[in-house]
Amino acid sequence: MSARYSVGIDLGTTHSVLSYLDLQDTSDQPALTVLPIPQLTTPGAIEDSPQLASFLYLPHGAELAEGATALPWTAKADHLVGEIARNLGSKTPIRLVASAKSWLCHAGIDCKQASLPSEAPEDIVRISPFAATQAYLQHLTDAWNYKFPEHHLQAQDLVITVPASFDPAARELTVEAARAVGLGQAVLLEEPQAALYSWIENSEGDWRNHVSVGDVLLVVDIGGGTTDLSLIAVTQDQGNLQLTRVAVGDHILLGGDNMDLALAYTIKAKLEADGGKRLESWQLQALTHACRAAKEKLFNQAELDSAPIVIASRGSSLVGGTLRSELLREELTKVLVEGFLPVAAVSDKPISRPRSGLRSVGLPYAQDAAITRHLAAFLSKQLNAVLEFKDINLPEHAGFLHPTGVLFNGGVLKASALSQRLLDIINQWLAAENAPPARLLQGADLDLAVARGAAYYGQVRQGKGVRIKGGTAAAYYVGVESAMPAVPGLPPEIEALCVAPFGMEEGSEQTLPNEGLGLIVGDAVRFRFFASKTRRDDKVGDRLESWSDDELEELDELEITLPGDGQHIGEVVPVYLSSAISEVGTLELKAVSQRNQQEWKIEFEVREREHAIS
Amino acid sequence: MNPLAIDLNLQPTTLDLWHVSLAGAVMVLFLLLIITLLILLFSSRSHKKQLAAAAALPPEIKIVEKVVEVEVEKAVQLPAPEPVILREATPDAALQVLSLLQKEARFIDFIKEDMSAYSDTDIGAAARIVHQGCRKAVAEHFTLAPVSQDQEGSRITLPAGFDAYAYRLTGNITGSAPYSGTLVHKGWQVTALHLPKLTEGHNPNIIAAAEVEL
Repeated sequence: MSARYSVGIDLGTTHSVLSYLDLQDTSDQPALTVLPIPQLTTPGAIEDSPQLASFLYLPHGAELAEGATALPWTAKADHLVGEIARNLGSKTPIRLVASAKSWLCHAGIDCKQASLPSEAPEDIVRISPFAATQAYLQHLTDAWNYKFPEHHLQAQDLVITVPASFDPAARELTVEAARAVGLGQAVLLEEPQAALYSWIENSEGDWRNHVSVGDVLLVVDIGGGTTDLSLIAVTQDQGNLQLTRVAVGDHILLGGDNMDLALAYTIKAKLEADGGKRLESWQLQALTHACRAAKEKLFNQAELDSAPIVIASRGSSLVGGTLRSELLREELTKVLVEGFLPVAAVSDKPISRPRSGLRSVGLPYAQDAAITRHLAAFLSKQLNAVLEFKDINLPEHAGFLHPTGVLFNGGVLKASALSQRLLDIINQWLAAENAPPARLLQGADLDLAVARGAAYYGQVRQGKGVRIKGGTAAAYYVGVESAMPAVPGLPPEIEALCVAPFGMEEGSEQTLPNEGLGLIVGDAVRFRFFASKTRRDDKVGDRLESWSDDELEELDELEITLPGDGQHIGEVVPVYLSSAISEVGTLELKAVSQRNQQEWKIEFEVREREHAIS
Repeated sequence: MNPLAIDLNLQPTTLDLWHVSLAGAVMVLFLLLIITLLILLFSSRSHKKQLAAAAALPPEIKIVEKVVEVEVEKAVQLPAPEPVILREATPDAALQVLSLLQKEARFIDFIKEDMSAYSDTDIGAAARIVHQGCRKAVAEHFTLAPVSQDQEGSRITLPAGFDAYAYRLTGNITGSAPYSGTLVHKGWQVTALHLPKLTEGHNPNIIAAAEVEL
């Protein structure tokens, strides 16, 4: 049975959205709908919302009444996800799982190990980031199947979006989580691309009048938890406009939540200076909410100089126990505009302090909050990204890749003060190199664009509409020891062997038959694994003897274990490596036996290392 | 022949008072039967009409700014009193709205608190919480629209047969349609309602649970 709907899921750090369109609708502009997702908001109450809060709460056995966690499709949900999780978790943070998605792309932890909430005391049964992701997908699947009992989600065309900066392991985990809830047909799409698809869809065919051959489009997506950057080149192929994603940025854990927190700490300092009393943690939570509301108010109403901030007491006495303060416009500007979007030169780099040796297990949040500096570093680093396109001509003296169009996405940039500031700074950089200012691509819904673009992409995959090309946004390397005589006291030299080139297309495969390796059956063999977002010309089999630090970035290690079946434990099997980009969009590395072509999958695993530490 | 046997074929031969009253009673009963039948027929028709009208009503609740007028019911003799069907408001929905207002706006806390001890500044600060919260709760669960699209203070004209639930005439009500007057209040109506669904066993009487921190 062929699919009836094209469904897009935006699996966000703080919110998930599901959007769909009817494939049987043959009109030029089929209607895109965002699914209202039924979710518990408080124990016993269910409401529909276009966004599913990506939070999971692990309730205590005595905490909730029997039947209070029923959903339309089940008497008792396995996991509490959505608004209720965020509500309960705001008062009991030790049981709240948040930002599971950011953990998926965290090198150094095993995402299938039950590790969240990381601050939870011993007696709380933790859950893995992988299982949390699975729970969000399960909820979305159930909500869909409840609404469309005739057309189960498992049988629809499905696109799940991931940050462009997600590494191969995180992409693989996302697909695996989808597979675990029966969504094996899902394909991946990078979020900034989805935002651009949504803009194309929204323009109703008019987009061709807004971009032209030679354009370089910069997509800046600032969500709740992450900042995601992509560059898309507009070229021409036999008279048709062609879009190619030429570069993606690093995984930057910096977003709207950081901004609200920064405001809350500003007000907290002010309150404590006035009253001299330390705020309790629940007050800081409430303060963060209040600051978010105040921020939106000041951004939306330019005539206001300040917005009042009031935190109610927790007891039933409302008037007596309130804390009062206000957020001044100058504070808002200072903290958000100057703090997160400071004026920077395009040659600036994000400030990084060496991490202290002892660090509690936590997310590797961006050390420099200045989004402009991250953006400057990205554009400078990607200066050569469009070198291969003869349609795009950068001036000789260009110090960074000049974008000609900018598309914003993500809730943060709904505030025109912030989006305008970012555009101004980009245009300052362009003006300094005598380039024309970049224009803003208008008309996207910044909250729902990614899910909508994903559903539209499902239709594009069927050949309706323009498709953004791109392939992998990085070249991948494994570390092999070079055949140098050992020098006492120095670790053996490592060479980086290219296993997948930059821009490798979906559905293609590359092998390295000349690079023979001997693997011992039953023993785990580990490889260091690297990615480069700038080396575009390396081919499969190329060996790098040296590289600069910002060229290659080390990812989680790879592991191959040859199972004992068919071979004797301890036997050495000659293999060669093979890489493929699946149709789904994940990188697959395999070891292929040179004897009988038997294949073994290479896992992006880190389990052993965790054991070694504990 | 047995003198006690009753011959049903017998015709009354005398026109005495007994027979006259018997004949009269038969006539009265017959009339009563006809009237009862007519009433039954009539009332079932109008009942059907009412049901049809109720079914045709869109499933929405209209809240209209009302001028409260106390009318003294006068005992008027009606030809055939129809049974008036009143819709019973479900308590669950009312409790739910209270609960939402408490959750978002601390509404009950505010109403139940004794205001006399506090300064206007303190009350003002709390009022912000209540106002912001009520605004959020109402915006999330009700879609509101004015009844009249005209500017308040402008002259508007109501045609004959206007919806008397949506428009309330006040002041100098005389003459016949069309009625011209000044729009004093534009009115409010709810065009869509999205209240949370409740699970089985949920106790709606608990508007806010008591909170115990461990």
